[in-house]
Amino acid sequence: MASSEEDGTVEEKENNNKKRTKSALVTAWLTFYNIAMTAGWLVLAITMMRFYIQRGTHKGLYRSIARTLKFFQTFALVEVGHCAIGIVKTSVIVNGVQVCSRIFMVWFVTNSIRQISTCIICQKIQNEESVILFLVVWTVMEISRYSYYTFSLLHHLPYFIKWARYNFFIVLYPLGVAGELLTIYAALPFVRRSGMYSMRLPNKYNVSFDYYYCLIIVMLSYIPLFPQLYLHMLRQRRRVLHGEVIVEKDE
Amino acid sequence: MKRVEILDAKTKDKLCFLDKVEPNATIGEIKSMFHKSHPQWYPARQSIRLDPKGKSLKDEDVLQHLPVGTTATFYFRDLGAQISWVTVFLTEYTGPLVIYLMFYFRVPFIYASKYDFTTSKHWVVHLACMCHSFHYVKRLLETLFVHRFSHGTMPLRNIFKNCTYYWGFAAWMAYYINHPLYTPPIYGEQQIRLALIIFLFCQIGNFSIHIALRNLRPPGSKTRKIPYPTKNPFTWIFLLVSCPNYTYELGSWLGFTLMTQCLPVAFFTLVGFVQMTVWAKGKHRSYLKEFRDYPPLRSPILPFIL
Repeated sequence: MASSEEDGTVEEKENNNKKRTKSALVTAWLTFYNIAMTAGWLVLAITMMRFYIQRGTHKGLYRSIARTLKFFQTFALVEVGHCAIGIVKTSVIVNGVQVCSRIFMVWFVTNSIRQISTCIICQKIQNEESVILFLVVWTVMEISRYSYYTFSLLHHLPYFIKWARYNFFIVLYPLGVAGELLTIYAALPFVRRSGMYSMRLPNKYNVSFDYYYCLIIVMLSYIPLFPQLYLHMLRQRRRVLHGEVIVEKDE
Repeated sequence: MKRVEILDAKTKDKLCFLDKVEPNATIGEIKSMFHKSHPQWYPARQSIRLDPKGKSLKDEDVLQHLPVGTTATFYFRDLGAQISWVTVFLTEYTGPLVIYLMFYFRVPFIYASKYDFTTSKHWVVHLACMCHSFHYVKRLLETLFVHRFSHGTMPLRNIFKNCTYYWGFAAWMAYYINHPLYTPPIYGEQQIRLALIIFLFCQIGNFSIHIALRNLRPPGSKTRKIPYPTKNPFTWIFLLVSCPNYTYELGSWLGFTLMTQCLPVAFFTLVGFVQMTVWAKGKHRSYLKEFRDYPPLRSPILPFIL
């Protein structure tokens, strides 16, 4: 290595040092974040398994993990910030859409509509199953995703983790979407009956909002959005696992 | 005499070879010649450039002034189906005009059938209809008689995007303003009068700016000059703002929001403001790039703020 006196001016050296400390800090933060999220979702998975093993039923399972789920899923908003400032190379929109749909499910569907998550009457059992479906899907996906990021940052990525992250989604994405859609669909009669989150005329803002129709629009929006996200993941998979170079369509 | 060959910018295939081209031919004329051999690519959808990833050459550029040898190699990119700006503007402005009136006259199937073809009992609703209609009639007339466009065409898909925006918002606003259960503004006549003054002031201002911009550019030309305040006091805002037409437009819609006290209108104003700010910043930046002596006091859209 050339001696340090030959490395340009003092200012350049200072700038290089600043850049190196910044990227070291960034890496440290991202590593911490991904380890924390992996741990969080592992805790969720273990809690869910213990609940089922101890009680033998999934009644009340959602309620037992609701707070932890809300915390970790909401914290994922931080990732959108990562994309926005550019320390993570994903597009803000792709990440944003995924995080938003998760937060919507957790805070505006299963949270508000307790009847879905704490089923007492037998006929409503099918509602709960859709919740368990997407919970299991999310847990598996998030654990594989965050552990993938963690190991990549530590430069020690076991092939199995890479394989899991880029193959599980093929089955899990559609299953997760099915779980989410079934849950929203099950929520509709409750929303209709209770008139929750809705505003009717007349009022001084001269606006009205019907949460029931909003939910229907959300369900319909899965039709254009889900294939795009799925195809995006398939493209990523081809690139990462098979080293294919994908030529982006010119606009 | 020069020779011109045109290659596809992506595949580098030879698309066209023009023998014996006059050195003083313009890019526009070359585009017409290219169109003859490829009739599906009319000149408006051709992008001709010196470098596959470079900027498009202008129609006015002359062949011999370009850095090319005896055989000029150009790269072609298809811009896709094009539609004229005038057509787009006329379509996107006629929609809101007609749609709002349909809600105003309470055409069947919008509100409960007992309200069909009735009129609102609040006079502010009639005033709002007049203002909204006046605004869009003004825009249509300006498109036909005032504006001088730099570009002739835009991509075809824009018309669907733009019409969805204008027509969708017009329907959403009109539904609530003309609703049988509409609630008039809290502060009544005072609020409505103030709103009307703001609205009219900004409409006149917006029109004055459009006229001032038109007068900067002789008919049929595409020259760009720095706009300056004229004798019309409404143009004095040029001292502080690069794109006062957007400033006045924002003001008009703020007035309309105040007049109707309707949240969808406020939302429309906000979205429009965000879009116009993006445009104003772009325009401001290109002014600064093009003119060394651009007045430093000016902001893109809001004096001193934005």
